[in-house]
Amino acid sequence: MEHYNMNLNLKVWRQKNSKTNGEFKMYRVENISSEMSFLEMFDVLNEQLIAAGDEPIAFDHDCREGICGMCSMYINGKPHGPWQANTTCQLHMRAFKDGDTIVVEPWRANAFPVIKDLVVDRSAFDRIIQAGGYVSVNTGNAVDGNAIPINKDNADAAFAAAMCIGCGACVAACKNSSAMLFLSAKVSHLALLPQGEPERHSRVLNMVAQMDKEGFGACTNTGACEATCPKEISISNIARLNQEYLSASLVAEK
Amino acid sequence: MSFTGVFLILFLIVHVGINACIFANDGGQMFNTAAHFMGANIVPRILEVGLFAGFILHIIQGYMLTVKNKSARKVSYAIDYGNKGSKWYSRSMALLGTLVLLFLILHLSNFWIPNRSSQGFSLGGEIDLYEKMKETFSGHDIITILTILVYVLGCAALGYHLAHGFQSAFKTLGVHNKRYQVMLTNIGYGFAVIVSLAFAMMPISFHFGLLN
Repeated sequence: MEHYNMNLNLKVWRQKNSKTNGEFKMYRVENISSEMSFLEMFDVLNEQLIAAGDEPIAFDHDCREGICGMCSMYINGKPHGPWQANTTCQLHMRAFKDGDTIVVEPWRANAFPVIKDLVVDRSAFDRIIQAGGYVSVNTGNAVDGNAIPINKDNADAAFAAAMCIGCGACVAACKNSSAMLFLSAKVSHLALLPQGEPERHSRVLNMVAQMDKEGFGACTNTGACEATCPKEISISNIARLNQEYLSASLVAEK
Repeated sequence: MSFTGVFLILFLIVHVGINACIFANDGGQMFNTAAHFMGANIVPRILEVGLFAGFILHIIQGYMLTVKNKSARKVSYAIDYGNKGSKWYSRSMALLGTLVLLFLILHLSNFWIPNRSSQGFSLGGEIDLYEKMKETFSGHDIITILTILVYVLGCAALGYHLAHGFQSAFKTLGVHNKRYQVMLTNIGYGFAVIVSLAFAMMPISFHFGLLN
């Protein structure tokens, strides 16, 4: 792959805190290597800002290897930027050309308020998980891993759903700011396995109730979430969530 | 939305089926027999009340959902995500639904209101609906042309509304088996095309004198 350097114009959302109004500010970065990741390009920009005595841009990041779900930039109108099945930290600068202007915004949803600049508060997702995204285990010795037989198809589908890293790109991309793809992944991966069976009904009812309380919109099956998901979570998980919810509503003990 | 949506899909099957009788081209005999069965029989007349309830629920729920979903993002993006990953008509269900509703108001005032007001609460005493269709669509004046245009656009809006709504309703009802999902999506596209074309052909056929 050809290596090249580029100069870029960045239009970045700056916001002091959740109480103030934000605005876009223009920045220029020079000599950016095509081998850099998008976040490394932001590191270069922040070092420039610090050297000039300005406030660096706050952005979320942690593992920088595409598995933690922390990075959350809305780049040129798409969560995690132009590449498919990719997180912001794994977006490389070869996705851009010399002289490009890149617009970077935080996730936008009432349920994800901006904390500062590009950092949003995604603790709504944590509260949804706490409402039911767990399984009960017995105390005592660990159970043998192969003690419970699991159908291969179910295991594969559960694993595909468990790929969700909870980054919130589905909410960011959805015109309704709906968290249904996230929730459906969490509900599916436990509903498909025998270990998830004891809390099956209460889980889906409690998690949906929590999601509604957090102020996310409702799903209208447009498919924008699936298209933008860095882990390619399938939208058919949402249909499974709906089925789980309907049947739980009908048969749950309370 | 999904329950009322499926209910309204069932209604469309009945409606398009009965109206397609005009294409028998027998001077409206077959169509008027079917229309008479629906208008002069107590069972369809009672079911009609349920149909109105279904429509009203679907419309009110639809607008409530739109308002709720729009208000879930108070600060919007500078650059919109736009058309990537989702079809325009799946994102425009409220707009398409509103167009269908506007068409529906005209449609009811053209046929249903004159027919029912001639009947009152009695069974029977309907107007000749075939003649009424002919009269509404055959002229070459500006009102007729505009009416036909609204009908055709209404059918197009209905077609796109169904192209998303049909498969989306089944997803909301929890169908997640892959084979059935693919099947229902394809049936939905087929249904949308057939229903909207069949309905749109009705005013057009009368206008161009394809039916006697």
